[in-house]
Amino acid sequence: MHSYRTTSIQKVFTYMGLSGLAVLILAGFTASFLKSTGLFIGLGLISIGVIGYTFSSYSGLPAGIKNNGVWHQSLTSRGIVAWVVGVILTAFYVTLYFYPEHLEGLIRLFDPLSEGLSGKKASQWFVYGVLYTLAIVLFGIKFIIKHKHSKYQKYRTYSVIFFQTIFAFLIPEIMARLNGDLPYYDLKSIWPLNYYLFDGYQLDGFLQNGSLGTILLIFGILSTLIITPILTYKFGKRWYCSWVCGCGGLAETAGDPFRQLSDKSLRAWKLERWMIHLILVWVFISTVGVVYSYLLQAPDSYLLGPKIFLILVSLLFSLVVGLILWKRKDWLAKDAQSSAIAISSVILLLLGFFFFSESDRVLFIPSYQIRSAYGFFIGSIFSGVIGTGFYPILGNRVWCRFGCPMAAILGIQQKLFSKFQISTNGGQCISCGNCSAYCEMGIDVRAYAQREEPIKRASCVGCGICSAVCPRGVLRLES
Amino acid sequence: MNEKIVIIGNGIAGSTLALQLAKEGTGSVTLISDESSYFFSRTALMYVYMGHLTKEQLEPLSRERWDQSPIQRVNARVLSIDSEDKELSFRTSEGDIGQLSYDRLVIATGSKPAFYDWKGQEAEGVLGLYHLSDLEKLEKWAPNASACPEAVVIGGGLIGIELCEMLLSRQIKTTLIIRENFFWSSHLPESDAQLVEKHIQSHHLNLIKEDELLEIRADDTGRVASIQTKKGETISCNLVGLTTGVRPNIEFLKTSRLELDKGILVDEYLKTSDPSIYAIGDCAQLRNPLSNRSAIEPVWYTGKLMGETLAQTFSGQPTPYNPGIWYNSAKFFDLEYQTYGRVHPKTLQPENEQHFHWETDEKGMTFAYDKTSGAFLGVNTFGIRLNHRIVSSWIETAITIQEVIRRLEEAHFDPELSNRYYKQINHAFVQNH
Repeated sequence: MHSYRTTSIQKVFTYMGLSGLAVLILAGFTASFLKSTGLFIGLGLISIGVIGYTFSSYSGLPAGIKNNGVWHQSLTSRGIVAWVVGVILTAFYVTLYFYPEHLEGLIRLFDPLSEGLSGKKASQWFVYGVLYTLAIVLFGIKFIIKHKHSKYQKYRTYSVIFFQTIFAFLIPEIMARLNGDLPYYDLKSIWPLNYYLFDGYQLDGFLQNGSLGTILLIFGILSTLIITPILTYKFGKRWYCSWVCGCGGLAETAGDPFRQLSDKSLRAWKLERWMIHLILVWVFISTVGVVYSYLLQAPDSYLLGPKIFLILVSLLFSLVVGLILWKRKDWLAKDAQSSAIAISSVILLLLGFFFFSESDRVLFIPSYQIRSAYGFFIGSIFSGVIGTGFYPILGNRVWCRFGCPMAAILGIQQKLFSKFQISTNGGQCISCGNCSAYCEMGIDVRAYAQREEPIKRASCVGCGICSAVCPRGVLRLES
Repeated sequence: MNEKIVIIGNGIAGSTLALQLAKEGTGSVTLISDESSYFFSRTALMYVYMGHLTKEQLEPLSRERWDQSPIQRVNARVLSIDSEDKELSFRTSEGDIGQLSYDRLVIATGSKPAFYDWKGQEAEGVLGLYHLSDLEKLEKWAPNASACPEAVVIGGGLIGIELCEMLLSRQIKTTLIIRENFFWSSHLPESDAQLVEKHIQSHHLNLIKEDELLEIRADDTGRVASIQTKKGETISCNLVGLTTGVRPNIEFLKTSRLELDKGILVDEYLKTSDPSIYAIGDCAQLRNPLSNRSAIEPVWYTGKLMGETLAQTFSGQPTPYNPGIWYNSAKFFDLEYQTYGRVHPKTLQPENEQHFHWETDEKGMTFAYDKTSGAFLGVNTFGIRLNHRIVSSWIETAITIQEVIRRLEEAHFDPELSNRYYKQINHAFVQNH
């Protein structure tokens, strides 16, 4: 209806990017159309479109916050364009996860690229990996140019681009080329985000591949138990969520235009705390169950017997929960304490169930079924279909906020023993609300700033946008 | 006894007081406003027009929380106060007249734009930028550059520059006319003003200095067509923003017995000449302001602080208003500005106040200190954030300028990884002294 005008140059580049997508789709449906050159034309047009749009939007403009028209544009204010994009993205995810046979033509387009990297034919996951990485790189460049005045914003974007292209994309492909039997392992994808890390076939892969496999397995365990808490203590969960993680990487780059759509209501906060912690319980129980059943199949062939494994896990778990309740009792609200105790008791009960029944069943359901239900509902539907498909409707961090068990663990660490917080600058806050509006995690930052209190919230991913959009210099991330 | 406390005005001062009283369970509180049903952040009006925020996001407290609170909210305009019978009369938005009695009354009616009876100021397309309804006018008169290709803003204060930024965000060609020979010279030393001017001009704002509005001319439909300046220049425009300052919004009290000056006169307990009536926020004028503070300070945090102070008094702990060291902040387009203590512009600069100015591209600081003792008096900072508590404590304890420059990094508040300029500043200071 008014105000924000897209310039004709911006339009040209938008159409160019869209035509790139169209070329990919056409080439995917009609394999004869352009064949593999279609891939390079398509990806090329998309790249030129995004980069050209970026430069036509920001070049020549003074450095600073670029939020003009955010709530006037259909795409970024849940308008018709947003719904169209949301539906298309969702449809893509549904096809990718559940009907990959319809993508056959598209997947074949990517064969030359895949063969060049790993020597194998492309799979649907390779196609997804290429598109995902390209999105982070292209929209990462856009984000960097948009935030050229802020080194913090630029550096963390260089970081997510680096970790996505090198760790998530290239290294696993190259490892597959060098040693085809090794599990496909993105080193920065840490359990429990990487919920299949300890699945039987993965463990086989690690254990049957000599010292390299063993090293990778040990690294996988250490990254959850040792590396993660140390880095979170030093820097807060942001070291992972907005500097390393691939889900976070996409949210911060391609998802950046949608950060203002996160739900700020008290209801959403309550829902968030229940959901994310219950999903953590789910992944914990199913992982323990899967490993236990793996060990049960050949109880004597590993150093770690199934029962010893369960005892170790229970002891470690009780130790951590006990320490939290003992040392940090005063930091936790009453309801948080009682739910922590209740949930922990249920977990120990379930572990006891495993132990005494000598089976991997949780209430008569085999743990592999619990694990595959998790993969279906959480790993696919939540993190992919809802988490990314609904960017233009629910905001860019829905998965990270309501679903990610890794974020849950890091959040507990951040709340209980991290040096990280957002400091507020005395009385300078004018309650304008930019910080809360642009918080992708739905934190009401303003409520803290106007009370002149530091912000120490489990969910904060440390993106630093609140501090950037504050017109009065009130907020500072510190660790 | 449940005291009836009536508060007129739901801005930052009135709302802070009401919420604080409700929290402590003091009295039964009625909050009257004719502007909006819910407290909003006036300082952020610009962001709604620019599309950064929705109107609802201006509200610091959710509507649900207001509806759950024991505070009674009345949507009405107060017409007059009868201090003898402790009663006020009001007109609701539906036009009904009503009366309300009080035990204690608090006036927190804020400011209104100061218009100076210019010829033609009633034309369609002339507005101030203060009231929620100004936002609607702006959407109506200046929705985009095709409906409103050109605009003129009169008066170079903080609100004027905000209005310019707003209009430019919709590609409307904007001219800012200021009376002074440099920008905001009533507050800024010349070096700082030049830094700001350079910045605002890089945003394509057409700045005309040392000229004033003479008259506004309308076309046949009554809509603004052009303005003429005192120097005789005619500028065609479709919108005129009058941002030549604000004044206390107290017209409705002219017939009351309250002692008024520019604002409502109050003592240090924020009490007016009537012992059961108080005034807080922009409309209050302190009889005895603290040294280095003004009698009327129309800024956000003083309203908040007055509300908090009065809440303590009402809850049984009589507390004098003490805002401490002066500070403030603003943003000129992308240039952030913070000020602590006093750095006077040339016209107001006391003889013993010396300045040290440092600047590098789009960043700068001006330090004020006592010529003889070297005591630190204040700092203006542009594009670099400083820590409020630390800088205030330096001014309070009057440490020397040498020590401030040496320890400046302690007050660092810029985002992590930002460039640090403290060595440069130190170097420049040592070379000059």
